[in-house]
Amino acid sequence: MTPIIAVEGLSKAYVISHQPKAGYSSLRDDIAALLRRPFQPNITQGSERETLWALRDVSFDVQQGDIFGVIGSNGAGKSTLLKILSRITYPTEGRAVLRGRVGSLLEVGTGFHPELTGRENVFLNGAILGMRKQEIEKRFDEIVAFSEIERFLDTPVKFYSSGMYVRLAFAVAAHLEPDVLIVDEVLSVGDARFQKKSLGKMGDAASSGTTVLLVSHNMAAIENLCSRAMFLEQGRLRNIGETTEVIEEYLSFASTVVSADLAERTDRQGDGRLRFTRVGLRSGENGQYSDVAQCGQDLEIVVGFTCDGGLKQVNASMAVYTPSGQCLIVLDSDMAGANLDSVPRHGRFSCRIERLPLAPGQYFLNLFCTASGETVDWVQNAATFNVEAGDYFGTGKLPPPGHGGLLVPQEWSCDEDESSDARRSGMTLG
Amino acid sequence: MEELEQTIRLAAKGSKPMELVIKRERAFKINLRELWSYRELFYFFAWRDIKVRYKQTAIGVVWAVFQPFVTMVVFTVFFNRVAGIKAPDAIPYAIFSYTGLLFWNFFSNALLACSNSMVANQSVITKIYFPRIIAPFSATIVNLVDFLFAFLVYAGLLAYYRIVPGVSGIVLFLPMLLLAFVAATGLGLFLAALNVRYRDVRFIVPFLVNMFLFLTPVIYPVSLVPARYQWILYLNPMTGIIQTVRAGMLHEGMIQWGMLSISLVGAIFAMTGGLFYFKRQERSFADFI
Repeated sequence: MTPIIAVEGLSKAYVISHQPKAGYSSLRDDIAALLRRPFQPNITQGSERETLWALRDVSFDVQQGDIFGVIGSNGAGKSTLLKILSRITYPTEGRAVLRGRVGSLLEVGTGFHPELTGRENVFLNGAILGMRKQEIEKRFDEIVAFSEIERFLDTPVKFYSSGMYVRLAFAVAAHLEPDVLIVDEVLSVGDARFQKKSLGKMGDAASSGTTVLLVSHNMAAIENLCSRAMFLEQGRLRNIGETTEVIEEYLSFASTVVSADLAERTDRQGDGRLRFTRVGLRSGENGQYSDVAQCGQDLEIVVGFTCDGGLKQVNASMAVYTPSGQCLIVLDSDMAGANLDSVPRHGRFSCRIERLPLAPGQYFLNLFCTASGETVDWVQNAATFNVEAGDYFGTGKLPPPGHGGLLVPQEWSCDEDESSDARRSGMTLG
Repeated sequence: MEELEQTIRLAAKGSKPMELVIKRERAFKINLRELWSYRELFYFFAWRDIKVRYKQTAIGVVWAVFQPFVTMVVFTVFFNRVAGIKAPDAIPYAIFSYTGLLFWNFFSNALLACSNSMVANQSVITKIYFPRIIAPFSATIVNLVDFLFAFLVYAGLLAYYRIVPGVSGIVLFLPMLLLAFVAATGLGLFLAALNVRYRDVRFIVPFLVNMFLFLTPVIYPVSLVPARYQWILYLNPMTGIIQTVRAGMLHEGMIQWGMLSISLVGAIFAMTGGLFYFKRQERSFADFI
């Protein structure tokens, strides 16, 4: 049967110019260039132009009623693909055919206005998502019930908590009934219970014939919802097929994702007798390099360096930070009792963490090294890496997103309170 | 079997199999059918702007009346009493300048709203598709509402000065408003598209609007300019509009049809150029905004 989404050779190029003030063009510069060379295309002088292919020759089909997953690391072209299919931006080459009414959710609450009340925003947001006024009126009660914020319906949304905001926004989106639904990462919002409800709603949509294209970093969601998936890497299609198979390849993705320019970084401190040159993460059983780690899997952080000879009493440290700047883990060779008294001129430090206890999310790595108590190199934000959901506890469950970055092995029990001592102390505790 | 079921379900949704083809396209075209299907979004954008405009203000719509009225008072005191500029044909200067301000304010506010419309809707433009042209047009609706309130004051002033507007004035009033709308949105479309790439526009437009107030006969009568240079003023559509309304409503001389047609051509030129430039840039908005 005819696919609902048919994509052929889709490519998108961005022309980027390397100017001192990157990404910012001023009218003055362009007018000056135009005056200098009035009969040539408007090219700002003194800037190099480079074509960056955000998406290159991607083809795939999605059948009706499928939930199709798109995965890939940051910058792989996922967002570009969604933007093209949502008609926000246009392809440079190739074409896509979508059959039916298309609804796209690249964000929950697009167009929400803080001054307007919940009720008013339902109508505004609904209209922006492409619902008819009549349709919104018909589903209004359903939307409100789903959002669970009846009491605040006539309060301006600027007074809402972020949770309420997201619930209302998702409630509107969930009642959109397109033939094709394009969704970006919106499931990563809200508390766990609401997320589950939203996932359920999405599953319902698919079983009622809606075709869903879903981009997510949440491997558990992709695995649960999608029958087929595709893996993008640097704008190209790398694999497409059964979800489990594609996820597996993605997680063991073998490119050496190292910050190659670490050696060139100038925002570093220390006397420079040793310099960190690159960082790599090796995760999983096969120990391949990757920029994604999975919680509960062993992770090895490998840091390359070059140094002058004769460094004594070397102490290497790494610290793992959350994007909000909170330090979660310190890895320190001294602290761990490793003897790094002499180091080679070119070498690498490796630190292995068993059963990675980090919750899914993005983390930053700081690198620090001293020799004989003197700082030799210190690089902040040396690398960024993502931790994907994994089965840390063997139960398939993880804390709700935003509730704690560290996972701790735990044993629970429940006993009857028998002795009077315990009862008394229980009371004083209470 | 399942396929059949799904086909039936698709058919039951009542939609004929719509096919949306996304590809690189360079042709200039305005899809009127699509615009019509997005009319409700147009309405909601305008509704949002109107709601938000009056929501957090203590005296709400009074502002729409207060601003042109006070400007008129200031103009009367300074330009009429102090500088000694007179309205022709013994027309009270207050209503002479208010007639100009009524239309000028609509034009300048609509132009500002229109040229900021793309940037103001940035968060929506980067997240969802809609015919972009809706935004600049709906942004001016709130100015029409302001115009309506300012018009009530105008009616009051006419009654106060016991001026009975001429038939030609009443007949031409709405067409002149439409012409001002065409001129403002035409120029606004061009600036809105330019604003996406060059945020300089945000600073240039208020400045230009201030300058053009003096190149438009709002404060002074056209007769202040030597007759053989007057056509230059009429290249600015607002000159034709304001002069025509004054002639019709306040009996200031005759309607200058020849001059008005120069202004008409100016407005149509602005609209065609604006539309063309906007449509040409439209597809790359999300990449640059």
